[in-house]
Amino acid sequence: MGTPLPDKDDLLRQYRSMMRIRRFEEEAARNYAKGKIGGFLHLYIGQEAIAVAAVDALRDEDYIFQTYRDHGIALARGMSAKAAMAELFGKDTGCSRGMGGSMHFFDVERNFLGGWAIVGGHLALAAGTAFKSAYNGEDRVTVCFFGEGSTNIGGFHEAMSLAGLWKLPIVFVCENNQYAMGTPLERTSALKDLSIKAKGYAMVGDRFEGHDVTLVQQRIGEAVNRARTGGGPTFIEVLTYRFRGHSMSDPAKYRSRTELEQRKQLDPIQVVRERLLELGVQESELEDIDLEVDEEIDEAVQFAEDSEPARREVMMSTVYAEEGDS
Amino acid sequence: MRELRYREALREAMLEEMERDERVFLMGEEVGHYQGAYKVSEGLLDKFGERRVIDTPIAEAGFAGIGIGAAMVGLRPIIEFMTWNFSFVAFDQIISNAAKIHQMSAGAIKVPIVFRGPNGAARQVGSQHSHAVAPFYAGVPGLYVCQPSTPRDAKGLLKTAIRSNNPVIFLEGETLYGVKGEVPDEGVEELIPFGASRVARAGTDCTIVTWGRPYYVAMEAAEQLAGDGTECEVVDPRTLRPLDMGPIIESVRKTNRCVVVHEHWPYGGPGAEIVDRVQREAFDYLDAPVERVTGLDVPMPYALNLENEVLPTKERVIDAVKRVSYAK
Repeated sequence: MGTPLPDKDDLLRQYRSMMRIRRFEEEAARNYAKGKIGGFLHLYIGQEAIAVAAVDALRDEDYIFQTYRDHGIALARGMSAKAAMAELFGKDTGCSRGMGGSMHFFDVERNFLGGWAIVGGHLALAAGTAFKSAYNGEDRVTVCFFGEGSTNIGGFHEAMSLAGLWKLPIVFVCENNQYAMGTPLERTSALKDLSIKAKGYAMVGDRFEGHDVTLVQQRIGEAVNRARTGGGPTFIEVLTYRFRGHSMSDPAKYRSRTELEQRKQLDPIQVVRERLLELGVQESELEDIDLEVDEEIDEAVQFAEDSEPARREVMMSTVYAEEGDS
Repeated sequence: MRELRYREALREAMLEEMERDERVFLMGEEVGHYQGAYKVSEGLLDKFGERRVIDTPIAEAGFAGIGIGAAMVGLRPIIEFMTWNFSFVAFDQIISNAAKIHQMSAGAIKVPIVFRGPNGAARQVGSQHSHAVAPFYAGVPGLYVCQPSTPRDAKGLLKTAIRSNNPVIFLEGETLYGVKGEVPDEGVEELIPFGASRVARAGTDCTIVTWGRPYYVAMEAAEQLAGDGTECEVVDPRTLRPLDMGPIIESVRKTNRCVVVHEHWPYGGPGAEIVDRVQREAFDYLDAPVERVTGLDVPMPYALNLENEVLPTKERVIDAVKRVSYAK
């Protein structure tokens, strides 16, 4: 099955979206080094095509869950860089008003239902929103992202097991970036091909490379369509690579320079850039996009810097939801 | 008023709330076709069908998480744990997810969900099946914790729990399911608010604070003590979070003495919390140190004679009341 020819305008939009993530993450790293951002910071650099493709395979009303490596999907879904950066800075204008931080972005209006920071802990939640779709007879789909490191924990098994049993409208997308923190897949899993696991839950399994945004969109799209039309869940393994360490505190000494350089040959942004040039887009057009993105991210940093700190009243008033209207 | 068993009161609460609100559903092991491991959900499958009374595999983390996810987007699940002992494999779902989501999302997402099932010792089911879990949950901001002692409280609190917009830990008791008590007549709706301690027995000489299974032990002790001329006031907090100290403090100011009787282990937990608050809020009124009668600080043994020693007894309650009264 060949990959369909991408539409030039779609591809340009996707290029911009991927660049937005890349520049955002680079700027986040810089501000982390400056001490403007605290806690943990997990970057999505190298994996951008997956988030951007998935968002384009989905409808606005579909639900999305992600791990703590959540900036990419939030931005791809349309969160403003300002709200994202302000959250990293711990400001009241952040997407979670400084309550969540890097690992807990939320954008409920866009049905992005969170970054989650206990490995494997959010898969059942995602099965839960898919359960709600089935309960209400809606054709909303849930997409749940997680790393290959999640596939060894019980939370993965129970969520997959119940989703398979009840044929829930969900797509499980395992972003296999080869390392669970510092431990390579061959030292954590007896299986090399994780998509085989789908069979154990009577699901369709799929497995493909994640550097080509067009291919990823097509394949996730097939799974989304299956879920939407009553065909049940799919387990997808997307082979990818993060160009940075697990988090900012990880120098990634467990992998070789050569390996990293090899993988950078498949930089998803370079791949889409070359495709666009082949399609006749001028270099200058891409540079214009780059500049616009740079400007947007610079403004986001300034906005975060200038915003008011997180507020005690928000902290105190969000421990419990108000009662009534039930 | 009529008399109902505790399990029937719970069943009525679920039935009424499911009739009232289509978003409410019951999910858990054996809740449907088996009619409930302890028959609390008996008949609900026939009434509501498989869409709303959902049998699950043995996968507490999975179905607790599915409930939380469904609650995040507007459903109102009741998740039954066959016993609270099995909630430990779903602990992360309750603590890291249910209790955190509202704040992590800066108030954007609500989690209206009830986790319910029998708590504490049954009879000779050994250490893994006899946990009194209140200390594990009552310390967590973001959760509410109910532990009703009577059928009336069980029904009224469960209805409130189901209508709550927050995650509720609802602790029942296997040995309580058969207990009979007065419950408002059919058609008389009673919602018991969270954070409203109830004075179960009036008295002037010593305050006993108790809830759950030992409530009945304490009430018996109070009756026996009354025969000897010591009138105990028994206060049942009913919800451990929020904890309504008002009636407890008011009572201690009158009696000047306090004994807290609970099933959970003595180290920390709601029992120790109540003692701490009494000494801070009624220090000048106390004529004796506050005492506690607790489950002994051991894993629950199987042998019946030892189990009976571990759980609070009438004799231990009477002794404690006598000690704080300097009558012993």
